Amino acid sequence: MSSLNSMIFKLAGLALLACVPLTGESFYVELAAKTLVLAIFAMSLDLLVGFTGLVSFGHAAYFGVAAYAVALLSPKYEAASLWYVLPASVGLSALAALVVGLFVLRTKGIYFIMVTLAFAQLAFFVFHDTPLGGGSDGIYLNVKPSAEIAGWVPFELDNATHLYYFILGALVVVYAFLARILQSPFGRVLVGIKSNEHRMQSMGYLTFRYKLAAFTLAGGLGGIAGFLYAVVFGFVTPELLSWHQSGNVLLMVILGGMGNLVGAVAGAFVFTGMQEVFGSWTKHWQLVMGCVIVAAVLFMPGGLSAVPARIKRALQGGGSNE
Amino acid sequence: MDFASFLIQMLNSLQYGLLLFLVASGLTLVFGIMGIINLAHGSFYMIGAYLAFVLTSATGSLFLAILLGIPLTFIVGAFLEWALFSHLYKREHLEQVLLTYGLILIFEELRSLLVGDEVHGVDIPAIFSASIPLSDVLSYPVYRLVISGVCIVLAVALYFVIQRTRLGMMIRAGNHDRTMVEALGININMIYRVVFALGFALAALAGMLAAPISSVFPNMGSHVLIISFVIVVIGGIGSVWGALIAALVIGFADTFGKVLMPDYAGMVVYLVMAVVLLWRPEGILKKG
Repeated sequence: MSSLNSMIFKLAGLALLACVPLTGESFYVELAAKTLVLAIFAMSLDLLVGFTGLVSFGHAAYFGVAAYAVALLSPKYEAASLWYVLPASVGLSALAALVVGLFVLRTKGIYFIMVTLAFAQLAFFVFHDTPLGGGSDGIYLNVKPSAEIAGWVPFELDNATHLYYFILGALVVVYAFLARILQSPFGRVLVGIKSNEHRMQSMGYLTFRYKLAAFTLAGGLGGIAGFLYAVVFGFVTPELLSWHQSGNVLLMVILGGMGNLVGAVAGAFVFTGMQEVFGSWTKHWQLVMGCVIVAAVLFMPGGLSAVPARIKRALQGGGSNE
Repeated sequence: MDFASFLIQMLNSLQYGLLLFLVASGLTLVFGIMGIINLAHGSFYMIGAYLAFVLTSATGSLFLAILLGIPLTFIVGAFLEWALFSHLYKREHLEQVLLTYGLILIFEELRSLLVGDEVHGVDIPAIFSASIPLSDVLSYPVYRLVISGVCIVLAVALYFVIQRTRLGMMIRAGNHDRTMVEALGININMIYRVVFALGFALAALAGMLAAPISSVFPNMGSHVLIISFVIVVIGGIGSVWGALIAALVIGFADTFGKVLMPDYAGMVVYLVMAVVLLWRPEGILKKG
């Protein structure tokens, strides 16, 4: 796809998303809002998995830390200021990622997958077991943060339509930020680490610092998604940090094809779509989901994004699709 | 804490640690030899516990259930290796994570369809249902001692098989260099299948043994899976002895954590892991 085509494709997608509140169906608006939040979450993980080559299986921790931070930092019966809780909760999740990163980045490969999972589980227990997190019931966020600046209120997060456009705006900002980062020398180093870390080291790059920066950044961006999730749903539970959440977001990244930011967004939509469709068939939708995942790994190496190329090859090459 | 309750907690730690070792040893062997990360390993433990429940209800005896369950899980393990896992050896870790994550969803839903979502209990066999009195008020159930005994026997048997038999030699060689083993004319695929099936059977056996004391409930596998990961990380991937040491350490840390600081018990295990990672990022015993 040429860059002009790709630009048109992205703008068309954005226009389509911007039209969702016009349907007036609050069910679809909330579903789309939830999906956009997951899309931001998936993009933040893609920075690690798709671009830096770090397969984190504990990304839900940073999502959950930010979500809990909003609930804990907001006063019980009045609105907190958006301009205080948003940076604070995102900062806390980035800080959590920085601390965890110092440990987990000492390991590689299979170890890294297991250790990120274990630290996410540690975070899960922090909110599940200690008095801080309100146990397995979680905490309610009674009043959504207010966007007031010195008496002027630009938009209200209580309003579902305003909230939807706020989330869509956040998605665009996170996308543009990541796209810019990946074009920068810093992003180039990350991609270099993915393809050959030893070579990057022998070229004089202190790869540990770059990986730690990427891990912290991904944690902070995942925190934006966690913040938005708490605001959309108005309550937080330890389930937000569970390893199923980490598994699902990894699934979205892989569904969309790793190392492709638009793919991560598409992956979030495909995932939510499958969840809704299978869920409407049967209570045991996870069985169908599991079978789809297993079949996809066995028969479709390369993920969804590799499908068009495979079809093209099959049509041109007349049969052989390997 | 007086001596009797201290003794009880020591015995509990030992029993829990040894049970975790049964699960983690299969996981670490499959990692070490086949290079596969298997998230569904915790499901094998869950399957074992549910098998114990279903077969004990059908036959009326936990012994019969275990005698039937071991060959059954071994066969299912060999089948899974043939049908699914054998296609993963040359794939990336990420694809292994994905496929085995899908398997967890399948196993949990099948469990929900076939047995339901209720919590079940399994009776302790009558001959082991006694307790040994330790003081006027405290006593220790014999069944827990039996679990520890069975686990110790199995650990010794595993040591014997790996260190003293021809099969064990092939397993160790496969752990070291699989291409070389293949070049020497050994059927490495057969070894993979046996090791995988053995890992499945060990995890399921742990589930069957634990069923009477932990009860049988949905998602019981995921907690065991993550703890097993911690054990493998602490012990060093591929090292069965590292897994034994780490499992005992975790057994003690978890049991005493629950007694001494109940609010923070869930975290103790992970803090132990963090300390080990700072000290030795590749585990106490490296693969070898």
